[in-house]
Amino acid sequence: MANFSIDTRGLLCPMPVIRAQDRVEELSLGDHLEVISSDPGALNDIPAWCRINGHAVLEKSQEGREVRIVIKVGS
Amino acid sequence: MSEAKKAAVLVSGGLDSMLAVRVLQEQGIHVEGINFYTGFCVEGHTHAIRKKDQKKDKRNNALWVAEQLGIKLHIVDIVEEYKDVLLNPKHGYGANMNPCLDCKIFMVKKALEWMHKHQFDFIATGEVVGQRPMSQRKDTMPVVSGESGADDLLVRPLCAKNLPPTLPEREGWLDRETLYDFSGRTRKPQMALAKQFGFKDYATPAGGCCFLTDESYSVKLVDLWKARGSRDYEMDDIMLLKVGRHLRPRDNFKMIVSREEGENHFLQGYRNRYISMRTTDFPGPLVLIDGEASEEDLILAGRITARFGKGKSADEVTVEIREMDGASREIKVAPISPSDIEKSWYI
Ligand code: SF4
Repeated sequence: MANFSIDTRGLLCPMPVIRAQDRVEELSLGDHLEVISSDPGALNDIPAWCRINGHAVLEKSQEGREVRIVIKVGS
Repeated sequence: MSEAKKAAVLVSGGLDSMLAVRVLQEQGIHVEGINFYTGFCVEGHTHAIRKKDQKKDKRNNALWVAEQLGIKLHIVDIVEEYKDVLLNPKHGYGANMNPCLDCKIFMVKKALEWMHKHQFDFIATGEVVGQRPMSQRKDTMPVVSGESGADDLLVRPLCAKNLPPTLPEREGWLDRETLYDFSGRTRKPQMALAKQFGFKDYATPAGGCCFLTDESYSVKLVDLWKARGSRDYEMDDIMLLKVGRHLRPRDNFKMIVSREEGENHFLQGYRNRYISMRTTDFPGPLVLIDGEASEEDLILAGRITARFGKGKSADEVTVEIREMDGASREIKVAPISPSDIEKSWYI
């Protein structure tokens, strides 16, 4: 298991989801991926994407206009 | 028992593709969704930008639909490749700058590539014969399957009975009898089927799935090309056309004027790429200047900026002009009178 991070600030949805999706594809089961975004929409879209694709959301937070989501790569 | 056949379905987030997926699922097909992001999609952006929209439900309809249907969804970024589709559509444009037929051909072609790469068996869409004036006509639907290279691997479950049998039907993977024969612009059969499937909450797209079907957006896009002397665009251009009021007081420059706080904030992110303006002694919008503006032009822009701020009735307003490198200076101007703002300046 390893930790990774991507910065999608400045991108609007669904770009943060696409970036997260493409990064997750390169990771292994159990890896953690932190996604930073400046679009509050990511707070809904990334967890929805995780639910349908079998990944877990470990953390979700918002500070000002910046959101942070940590994904655990699933099946 | 043999393994379930697999279909990749183009999922837009609207009702039709949602129904198409469910029809296939009812026949035991394993379905996964593909959603293409061109940069012009209605999903997402504007509510991310405008403050008043931020309280609204911000769901992405394609993701939401996938979740309702219990399918995986793959979102594919085609922003770069899509430029050629939009700039050089072989089949031309629809009522606005929407190259729907070329767009559909391109998306089906990409879906086909995806299908091969992931070892799926066929692709499907929620298209209905006669539903849309350009891409969903009896004579253009075969063009989509033919020119995309998908041919008889492309199934349209909602109107399959109006079309020649596809390979999945001929092979018995799908029972043609249980597919549908919808046609025309009416939405009634779709709504009835939605009811039958128990779908209560679904998105009803007005007109099309992207901004290119929108008249005012298309006008702004054409204006941008004309002013730049070349038909090209970057992602930032696409975004900025969705934000603010756009005015072109002179051929050589235009102004993007924020309308509210959310847009103000969004435009701030572009201050290192455009000259920007705002009034300092009164609250007012943030304005970006796109193009080559002379000193005289900047004064005119400053007067217009002042007009859109709270100091519009003042005799004199201070406007800060900020260069891309952050250097700024102030000018004092009289807000332009509304009658001097020509209607033709609004793009
Ligand atoms: S409305 Fe836009 S996304 Fe939909 S088919 Fe037409 S050009 Fe493509």
